[in-house]
Amino acid sequence: MAATPPPGPAAEVPHDTAALEHSLRKPRTLFSAGLTVLVFVLAFTAAVPLFSVLYELIVMGGGKLVREGARFFIELPPAAGMDGGGIGNALLGTLIIVSMAAALSVPIGICAAVYLAEFAPASRFSTSVRFCAKVLTGFPSVLAGLVAYAAIVLVTGQFSAIAAAIAIAILMLPTVLLTAEDAIKMVPKRMREAAVGMGCTPTQVTLKVVLPTAMPGILTGVMLAVARAAGETAPLLFTALFSDYWPTRNPMEPMASMAVLIYNFAGSPFPNQIEIAWAASLVLVFIVLMANIAAQIYSSRGTVR
Amino acid sequence: MFLETSSGISRPPTRREILIDRTFRGLTFTFALGTILLVGFIVYNISSTAAPSIAEYGFKPLTENTWAAGSNKYGMLPAIWGTIYSSVIGVALGTLFGVSVAIFLTEDFLAPRYTVVLKNVIELLAAIPSVVYGLWGIFVVIPAIRAVVPSFGGPSLLPAAIVLAIMVLPTITSISRDALGSVPPKLREAAYGLGATRWETIFGVLLPTASRGICGSILLAFGRALGETMALAMLVGNSNNLTWSLFSPANTLAALLANQFPEAGRPEVSALMYAALVLLAITLLVNVLGTLVLARTSKMEGTH
Repeated sequence: MAATPPPGPAAEVPHDTAALEHSLRKPRTLFSAGLTVLVFVLAFTAAVPLFSVLYELIVMGGGKLVREGARFFIELPPAAGMDGGGIGNALLGTLIIVSMAAALSVPIGICAAVYLAEFAPASRFSTSVRFCAKVLTGFPSVLAGLVAYAAIVLVTGQFSAIAAAIAIAILMLPTVLLTAEDAIKMVPKRMREAAVGMGCTPTQVTLKVVLPTAMPGILTGVMLAVARAAGETAPLLFTALFSDYWPTRNPMEPMASMAVLIYNFAGSPFPNQIEIAWAASLVLVFIVLMANIAAQIYSSRGTVR
Repeated sequence: MFLETSSGISRPPTRREILIDRTFRGLTFTFALGTILLVGFIVYNISSTAAPSIAEYGFKPLTENTWAAGSNKYGMLPAIWGTIYSSVIGVALGTLFGVSVAIFLTEDFLAPRYTVVLKNVIELLAAIPSVVYGLWGIFVVIPAIRAVVPSFGGPSLLPAAIVLAIMVLPTITSISRDALGSVPPKLREAAYGLGATRWETIFGVLLPTASRGICGSILLAFGRALGETMALAMLVGNSNNLTWSLFSPANTLAALLANQFPEAGRPEVSALMYAALVLLAITLLVNVLGTLVLARTSKMEGTH
C-alpha cells in the first residue's frame, strides 16, 4: 500500500506507525471487519433451522397433544377423514422394532469393539474392520432396507417386523462398534496391568475390569444409536411397511412405526392426519433430542473428570 | 505345587479359564470379521438381485429418461442427475455455512461458553429425523420460497437442496472444526507475529493447513447427501425430469427407490435394485475417498 520507503530510517518512523494503525478506513482492516460480520451472520443463520423446526413442531403439533392428552399415545391412528385418533400402535411398533434391532446389533458391536481395542488394536485386519465400519456409517439407509428386503421379504414373501429390525441393526452396528471402541480405549492402561498382574486371562481383564469401566461410554453410544434408529424411515418403508392395527406377537407380520406414520400422514389431504403427523414428529423429536442432550451432558461430564 | 488361595486370584489361569479365553477371543474375532462380511454381503445381495435386469437391459437405463414399469422402461438418467445435482448444491450451501461455523467455533470470536451453545445446537441438527425435515420442508421451506418467488410451484430441487444443506451441516462443521483445531498453535502465532490480521491468518495459514480435513468433511457430507432419502422423497417432486432449473420438480435415486419400491412387481424390483447398485457405487466411491482422505490427515498428525 505505502510507497516504497526511501532510505533514511529516522524520517520514516511516523510513516511506519501510520501503516500499523488499526483503522477501519484501511482496506485490510475493513476487509477483516467485514468478514467477521459475515461469519457472525452465517454462523447464527446456521442455528436458525433447529429453532424453526422446534417452533413449528410445538405450534403445529403441540395443540393436538394438549387436547388429546394421554389418549394420543394409546389410540389407533384415524382412518381417512375421521377425527381423533392417536399413534399408539406406531409408538409401540417403533419400540419393538428398535429393541429387536438393538438386541441384534449391540452385542455384536461391543464384541467386535473388544476385539479391535483389546486383542489386536494395530493389526491389518483390525484396520480393515474399522474402515468397513466407517464406510457403513456413511451407507445410505435406504440400501439397508433394500438388503433386508431382498434377503428376507423376497424370501419369506411378506413384509415383516423382523426384516425391519435387521435393516435397522445394520445401521446401528457401526455406530455402536466405533463408540464402544473409543470408550474401551479410554480405560487407563494401569487398570489392565493391575488385573494382568493378578493373573487374569485377557478375557477376565476385559469382562471384569475393562468393560465395566468403559460401560458409561458404551451406553452413551448405544443410546445415540437407538435414538437415531427410532427416526429411521426409509428402511422401514419396504421391510415393516405399516399397519393400521396393534402389533401382533408374530414378528413376521407388518408393523406400524412412528416414522412411517409421519411419512404417510405428511402427504395426506386430511387436516386431522396432518396434525397427527406434526404431533407424532413432536413426540419423536422430543425423544431423540432428549437422548442426545443426555448423552452430551453425560459425555462432557466424563471428560472433565 | 500351586498355592491354595481362597480368593481364587493370584494364581495361573486354570485350563477352563484358558478355554473360556480362547472362546471369547474367537467370538469377538468372528463378530469383527462379521463387519467386513456384512459390507461384502450388502454389495453381493444388491448386485445379485439387480443381475437379471442388468443382463436384460445392459447399460441402457443409465442413459434413458423414462421410468415406466408398465412398458418395461427403466431409464434412470434423470434420477442419477438429480441425485448428483441436488447433492452438489446442498453440499455447496452446507460448506459455506458449515466452514463458517467451524471457523467461528475455533477462532475465539466469542467467549467459549457461548460457542459451546452454538456447537451443541449445530450438533442437534443431525439428531432430527429425516422425515421430520421432510415435513418441515413441505410446510415451512416451500411456503417460504413461495413468499419470495410467487410463481414457485412446490416440491422441486431448491427446497430439497436447502434441507440437504441443513442435514449435512453438522458433518461438515464437526470434522472441519477438528481439522482447524489441530492446526499447530505455532503457525497461528507466527502469522499474528508477522502482523497479519485475523482473516489474513485464517485464509493464508489456517484454511490451507486444515484443507485436507475440510475436504474430507465435504466428501463425507457429499456421500451422506447422495444417499439421503426421506426428505428428498418428500420434497424433490418425484418427476423424472432432466433439468438444470432449481424450480422444477426432479428425482433422485434414493427417492425413486422409496417411492417405487413398496408397490413394485418382480421385474421392477430388479430394475430398482439396479438403481440401488448405481447409488451404492456412487456413495461407496465418495465415502471411501472421504474416509481415506481423513485417515491420511490423522496419520500425518500422528507423525508431527
